[in-house]
Amino acid sequence: MKQNKTGENTEGLRVGVFICDCGSNIAGHLDCAEVTKYAANLPGVVFTKENLYTCSEAGISEIQNAIRENNLNRVVVASCSPRTHHPLFASSCAQAGMNPYLFEMVNIRDQCSWVHMGQRDIATAKAKDLVRMGVAKSTALEPQKDIESSIIRKILVIGGGIAGLSAAEALAGMGLEVLLVEKEERCGGLMLGLNVLETGKSAAGQVSELAATVAATAGVTVFTASRVAEISGYIGNFKVAIETPTGRVEDTVGCIVVACGAVPLVEEGLFGYNGKDVITQMELEQRLATGSFKAARVVMIQCAGARNATREYCSRICCATAVKNAMIIKRKYPLAEVHVLYRDMQMYGDEKEQMLWDARGMGIKFHVFDQKKPPRVGDGKVTFQHAVLDETKEFKVDLTVLSTPLVARPESSQVAALMRVPCDKNGFFLEAHAKLRPLDFAADGIFVCGSARYPVTSVEARTQGLGVASRIGAILFKEKLVKSGIVAEIDQETCVGCMGCLNVCPYEAIIFNRETGVCEVKEILCKGCGNCASTCPSHSAVLRGYKPEQLLAQIRAI
Amino acid sequence: MNKDMLVIGGGIAGIQSSLDLAEMGFKVYLVERLPSIGGKMAQLDKTFPTNDCAI
Repeated sequence: MKQNKTGENTEGLRVGVFICDCGSNIAGHLDCAEVTKYAANLPGVVFTKENLYTCSEAGISEIQNAIRENNLNRVVVASCSPRTHHPLFASSCAQAGMNPYLFEMVNIRDQCSWVHMGQRDIATAKAKDLVRMGVAKSTALEPQKDIESSIIRKILVIGGGIAGLSAAEALAGMGLEVLLVEKEERCGGLMLGLNVLETGKSAAGQVSELAATVAATAGVTVFTASRVAEISGYIGNFKVAIETPTGRVEDTVGCIVVACGAVPLVEEGLFGYNGKDVITQMELEQRLATGSFKAARVVMIQCAGARNATREYCSRICCATAVKNAMIIKRKYPLAEVHVLYRDMQMYGDEKEQMLWDARGMGIKFHVFDQKKPPRVGDGKVTFQHAVLDETKEFKVDLTVLSTPLVARPESSQVAALMRVPCDKNGFFLEAHAKLRPLDFAADGIFVCGSARYPVTSVEARTQGLGVASRIGAILFKEKLVKSGIVAEIDQETCVGCMGCLNVCPYEAIIFNRETGVCEVKEILCKGCGNCASTCPSHSAVLRGYKPEQLLAQIRAI
Repeated sequence: MNKDMLVIGGGIAGIQSSLDLAEMGFKVYLVERLPSIGGKMAQLDKTFPTNDCAI
């Protein structure tokens, strides 16, 4: 009988180990060939292979061929972060006929090659240790089944601005039911308060038209002057309660879209802000729209209240807004003097860059200032230090316009708390992954679009709204919901019903059964965090795939 | 109506569209000019700010 280091039976085990170079990310800092050779002699290992990129098409097919040809019943991949690549490798194993829960991943990049750069011997030795531990754990793994549940083909959209309306329009177009909740009396959001877009079209007109289309679409129910009061449940089956002027509405939805937008910063005293002759770009838009704009000498100050110690971020849209409004003024009143004081101009893309050139051609003056010597506004003039010429300049001014950033809505933290989704340090909603999952939250079935996540233009808000609809379609058009089988289980024989696990579960996935007097796991709610398993005094709660014997096998292999 | 999809270009945009469409249950044909998909992103090393491997 074959035995591994700790004396456990390895009979029948056929482990395949794949060591990834990750280009030079791993192979550049440790000896992958030596680690591969080492892995071949570990107990239970019958196949090893080093790949340039295990996650490439070639790497994946090598895993799948090895499973078929060598009858592998465990696969260990030593590569990058399981956060990004575990699902790919596990599902590839499943395609080749192996139970995906018998796959184990070892991180020899983020936790080894990257942190031990320039220490090749140490990194190689540590990679061997990590691989040995991974193989030991894999031998103790058990096959699991995915968990299935039903899906409600209805969506709750929170926020009726351009982002939320676009999501609702696209979702309804797919034939799905939509509940759209807007806190104001009418839908449209910030666009209702704008003058014209860069295209010259009326912003309010455009968004009102969209709102009317959405309201008239079959399957969409719009609740205005309403708010979401409660959300519970999970992807496919969220229970929601909406407070409307005519009473409380309760319903069940499959997915949720957060599109509650942002607001322009209005700060009394900022560069002498008073709402009269020192105003924000948003207020200028209103004056231009209503025809109440009157000024012969205008100075715009960029990054007003942004890119400073309080708000480090760039609001992205204010440069284009300032240039747009400066051009509107100049076009209507060619003799008006318009100065734009800036730190950096963010005019990205072909069209905006052209706008900046055209604006200069029209006679709008741009002056750069240093953040450490900000402009001073008062007594009918603006004084500032020109950062390039290094001389003090002074302009007489009738109207000072502050390009203030969009800031998170004060109520967004309450909305976040309803769903337990995170916000960043500036109060904007935080997506699951900045690059790969820009519209998803880490929590399944909840999505974000528009300025709720970060300041965006109306075009970007609409793009994101439409994008969210396709993400949701990909979930709701399935027959049933399939989720990971890595969930907690509680031994009904040994549980004493102390409810310690119930108190530490962040997902309300544990209930106390009054009839049997013990705790039970609602598998569909469980996210596999393991809090219950580490709390349970009688060791009755365990996490599948991370049971004590599985973790101990890994630890003993150190 | 034929409900199969044609996606032209196998960069990050084309790949994500194909994946989402396939998840929705449509058959997708993804056409790429080069021998492998991935586009410009596949030529990057790490992506800011998470340091994830771009490929």
